[in-house]
Amino acid sequence: MTPAVAAEAAPGRRIGGVLMEMRNITLRFGGVVAIKDISFDIREGEIRAIIGPNGAGKSSMLNVINGFYHPQEGEIWFRGEKRGSLRPHAIAHQGIARTFQNIALFKGMSTLDNIMTGRFTKMKSNMFWQALWKGPAEKEEYQNREVVEKIIDFLQIQAIRKTPVGRLPYGLQKRVELGRALAAEPKLLLLDEPMAGMNVEEKEDMSRFILDVNEEFGTTIALIEHDMGVVMDISDRVVVLDYGRKIGDGTPDEVRSNPEVIEAYLGVGH
Amino acid sequence: MLYREAGDFKTSYAADEQTFPIRFDRNAFYVLVAVAFLLVPFVINNYWSNAVLLPFLIWSIAAIGLNILTGYCGQVSLGTGGFMAVGAFGAFKLMTAFPDLNIVFVVVLAGFITALVGMAFGLPSLRIKGFYLAVATLASQFFLVWLFNKVPWFMNNSATGHINAPVRTVFGQAVTGAAATPAAKYLFCLAILVALALVAKNLTRGRIGRSWMAIRDMDIAAEIIGVSPLRAKISAFAVSSFFIGVAGALYFTVYFGAVEVTDAFGIRVSFLVLFMVIIGGLGSILGSFLGAGFMVLLPILLKNVMVGGLGWPTDLAAHVELLVVGLLIMVFLIVEPHGLAQLWRLTKEKLRLWPFPH
Repeated sequence: MTPAVAAEAAPGRRIGGVLMEMRNITLRFGGVVAIKDISFDIREGEIRAIIGPNGAGKSSMLNVINGFYHPQEGEIWFRGEKRGSLRPHAIAHQGIARTFQNIALFKGMSTLDNIMTGRFTKMKSNMFWQALWKGPAEKEEYQNREVVEKIIDFLQIQAIRKTPVGRLPYGLQKRVELGRALAAEPKLLLLDEPMAGMNVEEKEDMSRFILDVNEEFGTTIALIEHDMGVVMDISDRVVVLDYGRKIGDGTPDEVRSNPEVIEAYLGVGH
Repeated sequence: MLYREAGDFKTSYAADEQTFPIRFDRNAFYVLVAVAFLLVPFVINNYWSNAVLLPFLIWSIAAIGLNILTGYCGQVSLGTGGFMAVGAFGAFKLMTAFPDLNIVFVVVLAGFITALVGMAFGLPSLRIKGFYLAVATLASQFFLVWLFNKVPWFMNNSATGHINAPVRTVFGQAVTGAAATPAAKYLFCLAILVALALVAKNLTRGRIGRSWMAIRDMDIAAEIIGVSPLRAKISAFAVSSFFIGVAGALYFTVYFGAVEVTDAFGIRVSFLVLFMVIIGGLGSILGSFLGAGFMVLLPILLKNVMVGGLGWPTDLAAHVELLVVGLLIMVFLIVEPHGLAQLWRLTKEKLRLWPFPH
């Protein structure tokens, strides 16, 4: 991934207003403060990276966004409305999807079923029609299958459609998980270390998919990633956390030259 | 070739998502159903009906029910016997309170009553998992049996502790009571089983079934996709209990005609159905049938071999039978933990490439 590729992608994209805003979020576990008074926003259509050393509170931040944790202080605004403390499944219905750092696929199901499950929020037919597999249930099933097939084509995983995901290699599992999140047609897509444990080629593929998702579907993406090269190449803005505090926020170039960030990554004295 | 599924030549999603995607399977299924409905009733006699076919049909319904809960939704239950008792007593109360109500409605309503009870006992599953849930459902098993023994209202104050099924007819043919012919009983149970098996298959391959499997495989990921654990688990308990309640109602009204609750619906029943599901294959409708067939037929087969073939005394044969069944269950779990259905799936995969291994 060269900077030229990212720049080339720019004309088709439009970065809009604020989609999600975190205001003064503080999250504690007992006496431990995981996140301390952090504010930042995510704009519509952008790729927003959250970086920081281990234990900085990045994953906690994602868990706050999709409702696994409820912060003790602070407000979360999503699409212009303040969000109450909702359960994760209610937040999914608002249009936030995510992938996990350690793959969390449904191991007993095929690739197709995994991605079809991702369509859950889009399917409405009741138990009566499903029991008969007729009428609205059947129609809905085939309509959603069509959408899922488009995602399968997009991610180039046609050949493993019917394979149980437990048998797939790591890189493909990551791709299926991305497909499952995409199937929900999210307004905001959270990616927790999408390239962890991948080799250079797989990382390039994944970067390409992330950029394509952002460009073709206009999906807003917030991601956590450790590979600085990838982060600086694909993201529009970066927020840097360290020990639960925010120490930097801005474009990749701004962040790169921020002395506090350099200190956190390289230690004092450089 | 007779049996092929190599190559993907389907042109519509409907063709790709049918229950039996392979033509040979589909035809075999139709032939099987035709034989079951059109041929078997003419050759059935009392022995075949009471020893083999009725138990197989009724246990299959119960096994499908438990498979939905344990195999598809991942919630272990040891309360099957108790829920079957709810179905049986529900049917009994309905039959005695509304003598004009058709037996078909009695059985279905008994299923719905059991579904409600199952939903109530499923509530702990929202907070506890695995072994702890198994213990909670075990408690429901003992509680329900105790309740039916303790409160005389459930038995209409019967002095003997038994409940008896009065005669009921379908299309003028008695299906319960002493006068019912084996063929009528058999056809009644078979029709209900076929209808329920299709319902189970449809539910498990659609949106609701996927939400159950999602909860089973990774409940956290299921939740971020939008599946409400409450709705998924409680709906699984409801559907599963409906099936088990129908099985209990048939077990009492059609098969036995008179039951005593501790005997007929004790903890032994809960384990029997759990064995069927595990041996047949968790998360497979076909597996439920295979497991029920295995657990019903194997003891009969062993008995015939030992008593009929080898001339052993009956009591010795009965003990050896328990030993052998237990041993075979263990062997099965070690050799193929995913059950008979998985063996069938592997055979099919081998057949796809046969005779060329690559």
